Amino acid sequence: MTDKLRIAVVEKDRDRALMIIDGLRDAGDYEVTVIGDETGLARRISQIAPDVVLVGLENPNRDVLDALTLASNPTDRPVAMFVDRSDDQVMRSAIDAGVSAYVVDGLTRERIRPVLLAAIARFHMVSRLRAELQATKAALEERKTVDRAKGMLMKVRGISEEEAYATLRRTAMDQGKRLVDVADALITAAALLK
Amino acid sequence: MTLTTLDIGYVPLVDAAPLIIAREMGFATEEGLNLVLHREASWATIRDRLVWGQYQAAHMLAPMAVALSAGMGGITVAVDALSVLSVNGNMIGVRAGHAARLNLTPAQFLDAATVGRALKRGISGKLRVGVPFPFSMHSLLFHYLLGDASPESGGVLDVVTVPPPYMADAIAAGDIDAFCVGEPWGSVAVERGDADLILPGAAIWKFAPEKVLACWRDWLEANPDTASALLRAVWRAARWIADPANTGVTAEILGSAEHLNVPAEVIERPLTGQITINASGSIRNVPRCLEFFDGAATFPWKSQALWIADALSRQTGMDRQMLRDAAAGCFRSDLHRAALTGIGADLPGASAKLEGALSHPAEAGSTMGRLILGPDSFFDGQIFEPVLSRTVLQTPKT
Repeated sequence: MTDKLRIAVVEKDRDRALMIIDGLRDAGDYEVTVIGDETGLARRISQIAPDVVLVGLENPNRDVLDALTLASNPTDRPVAMFVDRSDDQVMRSAIDAGVSAYVVDGLTRERIRPVLLAAIARFHMVSRLRAELQATKAALEERKTVDRAKGMLMKVRGISEEEAYATLRRTAMDQGKRLVDVADALITAAALLK
Repeated sequence: MTLTTLDIGYVPLVDAAPLIIAREMGFATEEGLNLVLHREASWATIRDRLVWGQYQAAHMLAPMAVALSAGMGGITVAVDALSVLSVNGNMIGVRAGHAARLNLTPAQFLDAATVGRALKRGISGKLRVGVPFPFSMHSLLFHYLLGDASPESGGVLDVVTVPPPYMADAIAAGDIDAFCVGEPWGSVAVERGDADLILPGAAIWKFAPEKVLACWRDWLEANPDTASALLRAVWRAARWIADPANTGVTAEILGSAEHLNVPAEVIERPLTGQITINASGSIRNVPRCLEFFDGAATFPWKSQALWIADALSRQTGMDRQMLRDAAAGCFRSDLHRAALTGIGADLPGASAKLEGALSHPAEAGSTMGRLILGPDSFFDGQIFEPVLSRTVLQTPKT
């Protein structure tokens, strides 16, 4: 097989899929298709007939791909999960990065390795960005909660913003709780007392 | 006391309860363990993280543990089942409204023979069945129900893998004709108005080992004391769950966003055996719908392992004796007995038994003499003889 490797990436999040494609393009000349469907994966795979399928470890469809490795239909292309016992380091990095690869049986290690290495790098980047995004979102939510609680205190007790903030912070410290938890409790209590 | 940290993978299903409760209700801490539970979306990922040492133990489909030990699916890993985590708990369903089309009434919900016949009669061509994984009790029980030997033999079944969260969608879209899935996903599909439940797994085999507590054998051999502690914590959790007084709390904990993220009311259904089977709200009581403790449910019988080996062999055509050897080594009744001796567990005296011989509960020889086993019969009345059944088992009568 000398023609371009066909790679299918199973990923429903469009931005993440694009990042992975970019990474693969940098690594070599591949034909990359993204499968974003949640259902009907087996059908899509047989249409595309990829040489390599890349999928995140957190994707429920991994079990569907696993089942393809057992496919008994003679017209199916034999698929194997890519496990390279002679290259523990790469396999470990793949698991750490959260990516797994399914390959057409018989594909050589030399052809798969660069694909896998590129995927590992990209999956790391993707999960780092996602963690950052989640942290930012959480921080924003927390700030909103604290602001609401501050507003309530200011209104009910007729105090300034600084005083309201100081009250919340002092209470949090006294009770050994996080500021946002105290604010949250205040909002809940206020709603109940209404 | 310094706690030993164990990373454990589980799939969000009601039958992961012993692991979740062992952590949340402090049974693990009592044993000096800090269980870090990792929720996973696929069995493949549970396997990979176990194989590559990220997890020390995992919630696993009983047939998957046997299959891995036997090298099915391209990977051979010696995986040991320390305990059976759950018995029964699967639900077979069809598209909403199709139960009536198959001429099935709610009164026939526990009648496996009738449901099996109706499924065969009601579908033209192959019956497409969604199961969560190829090596699962779901798949084995469905094959058993329809008396279908293997896909290659031109059987009536086309078993496809569908992740449980997508099962309701797949049945609604007509991609599959029926599903067999673990709770809460059957009840969730009913709740969404996508499915009618037509048969609980417990009606096919009254005592089917469903999930096991699996460890990688290399880790187990290097850490026997930690493994025993884990086994005891999980056993105590199962005993706690089995007390009806704790059902509400169990459902609340399992339903939380951190674990299953499903309303506690839905989780209570398999725990109490009160199953809502269709959109019009018919409720059926299922005996031993999902069993964690009673009848020595935690005990990993070698005979159960051998039943699984034979069923896998029929389903895949793989060498039966090789599967049997792997299965017998995988179900560690020896470790189970050793770890639980002296803590009030009434343990069976034997490690294998006839499977399917008990149509009613019966006393069994045990360490404390109070053990009641069964019922464990198969719907077709077959009895599985673990030692003598070297001849190929007959396919069930239908």
